[in-house]
Amino acid sequence: MTNDRTRFDRVSRFIETLAQARELGVSVEEARDNHLVLKLPYSDRIIGNPDTRIIHGGAITTLMDTTSGSVVLCALDEFELCPTLDLRVDYMRPAVPDEPVYARAEAYRVTRNIIFTRCEAYQAHDNQTIANCVATFMRIGKEATPKAYRDQITGDDA
Amino acid sequence: MTSPEVLRYTQETGDFSRMLAEIPYAQTIGLACDRFGDDLIFRLPRKPENLGNPVLPAIHGGVIGGFMELSAAIYLMMSQDTLRMPRIVDFSLDYLRAGLDRETYAECRLTRQGNRVANVMITAWQKSRNEPIATARAHFLMED
Repeated sequence: MTNDRTRFDRVSRFIETLAQARELGVSVEEARDNHLVLKLPYSDRIIGNPDTRIIHGGAITTLMDTTSGSVVLCALDEFELCPTLDLRVDYMRPAVPDEPVYARAEAYRVTRNIIFTRCEAYQAHDNQTIANCVATFMRIGKEATPKAYRDQITGDDA
Repeated sequence: MTSPEVLRYTQETGDFSRMLAEIPYAQTIGLACDRFGDDLIFRLPRKPENLGNPVLPAIHGGVIGGFMELSAAIYLMMSQDTLRMPRIVDFSLDYLRAGLDRETYAECRLTRQGNRVANVMITAWQKSRNEPIATARAHFLMED
């Protein structure tokens, strides 16, 4: 579980700029070359069904969208904002209440125009898959991302 | 999940506030719903905490997804007269335009209703219904 400091810091700074990720308390667990693990803490605020206290699928979608979008930072050498084209989530089983949910992602194909990612959500107690997600992102080029924002994410490491 | 009285109240009055108050995730993103005749229009009022991309700024893609997923589930509950939150099986979402920092709307259509599985199409828009920001389809497992 060795982290790549540069990637860890970049993803941490990136996530910090996403208001909804801050709102849900999403944080970076592991960041390496083309590998990222994010953590979504359990909270009463993301419950979808008060009887079972199970997290709503929407919060899992947000975790997986964030992880898939951020693994792009681990797959590319330079930071560029890549809008999501589509996202498909398959829900395998509900997440057990009171425990965090993790999502690990990789970009399995990176082209000049498109990045294809896959992502899996799971919990620590049994490592069973809660949901699978595949997504595609469009590359609009480094120059389409404002320099001030790029500098903020890249920080002093470049 | 929702108590029978609340469901009955919602169906009789078209006031979704009591039902939505019982769903914490709906409160967190700020989902609202209005009934026009038999039609339901879901609303996601502007909320700074829902933003993702700070540059545009734009609503977090996951929030748009969560909004559409929950809209579809509530739509099914209302059309099925069921007290249970349907279980989502899969969710497939196409992002068509950036969801800007303004109120967002969604409507649902029941594409297919089987004995156990329902297929729902969801469309989300902001400025004009003719310019959707996202479309999605979802399968739900109806449990009894």
